[in-house]
Amino acid sequence: MTKRFLTAALLLSVSVIPAYAAKTSLVVGMPIEPPGLDPTIAAPVAIREVTWVNLYEGLVRIDRNGKVQPLLAKSWEVSPDGLTYTFRLQEGVKFHDGSAFDSADVKFAFDRARDPKSTNAQKQIFAPIDTIETPDPATVVIKLKETSGNFLTYLGWGDAVIVAPESAATNAANPVGTGPFKFKSWTRGDRVELVRNADYWQKDKIKLDSVTFRFISDAQAQVAALKAGDVDAFPNLGAPELFAEFKKDSRFKAVAGNTEGEIVAGMNNAKKPFDDVRVRRALMHAIDRKALVEGAYSGFGQPIGSFFSPNHPAFVDMTGVIPYDVEKAKALLKEAGYGNGLSITIKSPQMAYASRSAELLSAMMAEAGVELKIIPTEFPAKWIEEVFKAKDYDMTIVAHTEPLDIDIFARDNYYFNYKNDKFKAVVAEAAKTTDEKARFAKYAEAQKILAEDVPALFLFQLPKLGVWNAKVQGLWENSPIPSNDVTEVSWSE
Amino acid sequence: MLRLILSRLISLAVTLLFVSLAIFLILEVLPGDPAAIMLGTAAREDTLAALRQELGLDQPALLRYLHWIGGLLHGDLGTSITYKMPVSTLVAERMNVTLPLSLLAILISTALALPLGVAAAARRDGPVDRAVLVFSQLGVAVPNFWIGLLFILFFSTWLGWFPAGGFPGWSAGIAPALQALLLPAVALALPQAAVLTRVTRSATLEVIGADFVRTARAKGVNKAATLRRHVVPNALIPVTTILGLQLSFFFGGAILVENVFNLPGLGRLAYQALNQRDLVVIKDIVLIFSGLVIVVNFLVDIGYAILDPRLRNRA
Repeated sequence: MTKRFLTAALLLSVSVIPAYAAKTSLVVGMPIEPPGLDPTIAAPVAIREVTWVNLYEGLVRIDRNGKVQPLLAKSWEVSPDGLTYTFRLQEGVKFHDGSAFDSADVKFAFDRARDPKSTNAQKQIFAPIDTIETPDPATVVIKLKETSGNFLTYLGWGDAVIVAPESAATNAANPVGTGPFKFKSWTRGDRVELVRNADYWQKDKIKLDSVTFRFISDAQAQVAALKAGDVDAFPNLGAPELFAEFKKDSRFKAVAGNTEGEIVAGMNNAKKPFDDVRVRRALMHAIDRKALVEGAYSGFGQPIGSFFSPNHPAFVDMTGVIPYDVEKAKALLKEAGYGNGLSITIKSPQMAYASRSAELLSAMMAEAGVELKIIPTEFPAKWIEEVFKAKDYDMTIVAHTEPLDIDIFARDNYYFNYKNDKFKAVVAEAAKTTDEKARFAKYAEAQKILAEDVPALFLFQLPKLGVWNAKVQGLWENSPIPSNDVTEVSWSE
Repeated sequence: MLRLILSRLISLAVTLLFVSLAIFLILEVLPGDPAAIMLGTAAREDTLAALRQELGLDQPALLRYLHWIGGLLHGDLGTSITYKMPVSTLVAERMNVTLPLSLLAILISTALALPLGVAAAARRDGPVDRAVLVFSQLGVAVPNFWIGLLFILFFSTWLGWFPAGGFPGWSAGIAPALQALLLPAVALALPQAAVLTRVTRSATLEVIGADFVRTARAKGVNKAATLRRHVVPNALIPVTTILGLQLSFFFGGAILVENVFNLPGLGRLAYQALNQRDLVVIKDIVLIFSGLVIVVNFLVDIGYAILDPRLRNRA
């Protein structure tokens, strides 16, 4: 009864709804609270999960299938040489503070992001830009220094949303965008409330009147909140072992999809014995990825053989390249001079998927005569310091959650210490290729090189375990980009 | 009395200064770069440098310490690195949860412990005494966060009497706010109540065996009046000491319980800030927690003097 009162009080605070009509408010649970609400000045995924396309909009957006769709730009043309992008903007669009949106805002937002003083976490998006021109309020012309095959995709990311000069400086605490929902309040440590933007430029498409994001870090508490009805949806449930019971419960819809996060056991390729490709292949042969997913993530999560998200159309399954084969692993180790055994360490962060995987890796490698000692570390602070910056490690394990980040294996001075000129050339080529088919072919080639060369042990794709009220419709199954897009969400009656 | 208060106040200030220095030094050697955490692994070196400069992390340590202390003396707690808002606002918001939670827990804990302890001691080895011993044994052994989880399962998920965590805010009204705080407060209070019950029981027993109590009884004062007028006031001194010490446990326990119940309190803020290496926030919260413990101990010292007239003239 009391619970009902609470829910009722919550609803009343938004609007009075007759009991027979479909609900128009949604409470979304998230494991981590965003540190601010401006995705253009900080990296955390949680910022995007609240704001992207709900509150802020970019020139284009990524849809639930990972494809680029028009948003603030209603159309665009790319010059034949791939260097000039001409965007035609939606007209009559307003920011939440009432100021008008036009080409000057686009120029401002991108100039701000590529400024030397900018703290945009994905500055490379803007690196190819040479000039931004605004011939009229509804047209933006961006000239590039070099072709960029993924330029449009990048413009769909949270790092490239359009912010206004009047409000940009205070967006972290008081966000102002052009999206269908505007900021109402933020009770730090508990919830962010958004309400319907009555002046939204395509307001007829929006079914919800309000969206509340609640932050619940403890996995048990997440489950309790769903069951008690305090939260309508948890698009990213923390505990896989508790996910299965929702599958059996008809009050809920439980959907296992893919995130952009590849879980890999990175190796220090510059250090013995990892500088020997035979050792790296042997370690990969020693891993039964299916059993690993079973043990570390209750069977949810797709095994991977390279470093590319299954959400992306250019994905190729590479798990067959170096399959589970303990005898082969032993033979390769012997060939490399480690026939009498090998002892290595893995720095494992505290996240459940990482520490569980590390234990399973250790047990599997023991079968192949490799002793893997686990050294616990703290993510992110200590891990960034020791592994990422100082490269003081043998092996480690984390999920790389950025979309389209295969180029991390081509970066100089990245923590893998991996150097492969052929791979670098292929990735650079892919990044420049504007023809989609040719670009995807290059990405397939890059995936194959990694699968054969094993600079890291490719384990599995971090799944997106979504649980929501069975009456909620329109949430995403996969997340080709970190988000909780609620623009298509509605309640069935 | 005045001299006592004055001398305690001076030692309080000196202690706080040393604590602030210790906090600063510990955070200096703690690995972790707030800028790298904010910007993630894709950030470029020049972007990181820009953020470090914006946050003032590129300045020498001594300067940063003096800046912090100088700000504190002016009542300025600084600006949170992650939230980008004044720490004082953040702390004030969180205090609205942690302070009532701790006070409620103290209230519950003393309300349970004092009567139970005295009742147990009044009839030693009787049925009440045995029941109290079992309860306190259990309470000491079971951690508060586990009690919290059981409470959620039973009262929230199963019975649906309480929300399964979270805090509606005081603006939602006193009743819903208290309802959200009640389970966590009980979870926080039970282990401390167990300790306090044991202390009350043994302190009462000790006093009951004293000569002046026997004298009182011999003079014909009945048992209940002896307990009320002679035993309990004397037994309260060790109990107050423990209660004072327990306050630090309440604040520490709040970190765990607030996480289990998902309450936006100071403890959870501290935990989040530590994960994010929001050094500004951590420094302030640890200092506030230490300050509270120091102040409480100061009050306990004064409390002794009120409870025990003999202490009033000792400085």
